[in-house]
Amino acid sequence: MNIHEYQAKQIFKKYGVPTPKGIMVESVKDAVSAAEQLGGPIWVVKAQIHAGGRGLGGGVKLAKSLEEVETLANEILGMTLVTHQTTAEGKLVQKLYIEDGADIQSEYYLSVVLDRKLEMPLIMASTEGGMNIEDVAENTPEKIVTIAVDPAIGFQGFHGRQLAFGLGLTDKSEQSNMIKLASKLFKLYMENDAEMIEINPLIKTGKGEFIALDGKMGFDNSALGRHPDIAEMRDLTEEDPDEVEAAKYGLSYVALDGEIGCMVNGAGLAMGTMDTINHMGGTPANFLDVGGSANAETVAKGFEIILKNPKVKAIFVNIFGGIVRCDRIANGIIEATKITDVNVPVIVRLDGTNAPEAAEILKNANIANLIVGDDLGDGAAKAVAAAKGN
Amino acid sequence: MSILVNKDTKVIVQGFTGKEGSFHAEQCLDYGTKIVGGVTPNKGGQTHLGQPVFNTVKEAVATTGATVSMIFVPPAFVGDAVMEAAEAGIELAVIITEGAPVKDMQAAKAHATKHGMMTIGPNCPGIITAEECKIGIMPGMIFKKGNVGLISKSGTLTYEGANQVCNEGFGITTAVGIGGDPIIGLSYKQILPMFEADPDTECIVMIGEIGGDLEIQAAKLIKEQITKPVVAFIAGQTAPKGKTMGHAGAIVSGSAGTAKEKMEALEAAGVTVVVSPAEIGAAVTKAMAKK
Repeated sequence: MNIHEYQAKQIFKKYGVPTPKGIMVESVKDAVSAAEQLGGPIWVVKAQIHAGGRGLGGGVKLAKSLEEVETLANEILGMTLVTHQTTAEGKLVQKLYIEDGADIQSEYYLSVVLDRKLEMPLIMASTEGGMNIEDVAENTPEKIVTIAVDPAIGFQGFHGRQLAFGLGLTDKSEQSNMIKLASKLFKLYMENDAEMIEINPLIKTGKGEFIALDGKMGFDNSALGRHPDIAEMRDLTEEDPDEVEAAKYGLSYVALDGEIGCMVNGAGLAMGTMDTINHMGGTPANFLDVGGSANAETVAKGFEIILKNPKVKAIFVNIFGGIVRCDRIANGIIEATKITDVNVPVIVRLDGTNAPEAAEILKNANIANLIVGDDLGDGAAKAVAAAKGN
Repeated sequence: MSILVNKDTKVIVQGFTGKEGSFHAEQCLDYGTKIVGGVTPNKGGQTHLGQPVFNTVKEAVATTGATVSMIFVPPAFVGDAVMEAAEAGIELAVIITEGAPVKDMQAAKAHATKHGMMTIGPNCPGIITAEECKIGIMPGMIFKKGNVGLISKSGTLTYEGANQVCNEGFGITTAVGIGGDPIIGLSYKQILPMFEADPDTECIVMIGEIGGDLEIQAAKLIKEQITKPVVAFIAGQTAPKGKTMGHAGAIVSGSAGTAKEKMEALEAAGVTVVVSPAEIGAAVTKAMAKK
């Protein structure tokens, strides 16, 4: 789960990570009074959406007067922001963060992420602040300092020294400021089951202080149960409504661009089904994992979500019944076609326990647009043909 | 022969008396797995599914001599359960539970390693040695005995792969579902050499997916150490960037962890890489014929 910049900065504050003063607002009027309250003389008006690259997209702007704050708030609030991290349609800006301008001497990058190879958190830092870190990693990898921290020992002095010297800091108070900040960030990461924390840019002021000018945080969904304060920060308007709806029924759904709706049990087989359709010249419309215990209700819900997409020309139901018997699933599918109005061809491939019985049930049901696939390859081929109108 | 488990392996179940634990333990018993007891705190002394229940893993191991534990406890307790098993002298913990926090698994795996305990999972179907021992939730009847070893991050693709192998007239030695979480126990790197050393395994099917770099590490190892033919499929060639595809670890971050880079690395290591899981069976037949 990701949160907004203004929320990340609330958490930074709690852990003593310095940030500029700021106020989140949802109207132009409140933007102006927030700016008055902050005092100025310079403010930054920032769009709050769950995506990076907001500045380049025109969602972060500097104001030098209250009038300018008003003009910019008017401009940004309600705009659809397109960045390299959003879809082509972009994201509607519904919240703004009005922030004090800062005295920027230089810009750094600092993050904590899980290193899956080392199986421990990794602190990453760079003197190339404000840039896309992936570009830095590709073009000038020597400018990135990485320090793995074993949680069993925690953030030690030597980690801090590696960081400070790695960034080329020579002033002792600057070194100490950076080390303290990184240590707090690591504590925040561990205590809240964060998945990643990124500060880009982390600025150094003329006084040698480090301040988090931006803040991006993601959390481990599996651990949200023990962090109700963070779970509360979830902003459903930032998520795909179909994905949210699907999750309510225990379905895992991701929309894609193609024409063949997919309903599959298991994440790996669901991806494999998409790949097979693609390989056979078709295009998958979605990823949908109905989970291990597919039944009439979940299948019906799956049909409903898939059919919301007007591009869908056929649906491929691909279930490998293990513990759940295929004959039961077949009955569930027939049941589901009765609950939902399915107006495109449905290709069903059921394999595993009691598969022959299931095929018999489907054939005898005499449902007009229901086609039985014999195996994964056959089912996918029939789905691709059906989507092309054959 | 087989790898890791066989008909003599003594297994206990942590979370034995719970709904999931009970259901699957019974299925495993029916399959012939030597389940010799289970652990549920405060139910010690009872009998469940005809087997003794213990309060702690330590007692269970001392009394039954079990070497493997199958873990079904709820997600928030998985870390604790794994560490308890490690300290009690269990040699292999098979963690079925889905949704364990990553931080807990990090600590638990480090602790297991310290105590010399191997882990499989979490969020996996488990391990099965065909017609001998099933420790997990896979449908046992798909896995006919034979000479193909299988290792997979995905549960249903394990079944799909095994089913195709058996439909081609071959069978399975051992199939291991390693799970698709960001931090998992045994992976390709440890299991491939076990199949290489197993005299009954003649061919290896490896199924991976987007995210992380375990398949890249596997490619390197295959090139250096594996002489048996390997057939591989990587799921998620058509998955969009930055989206988690069902499994918590199945995500392409930036340009890292794509199916394409994994497929290319495996191909360069001499592996037969198929573009669709529908082609696994045929590829195995070809690989077996070439031997």
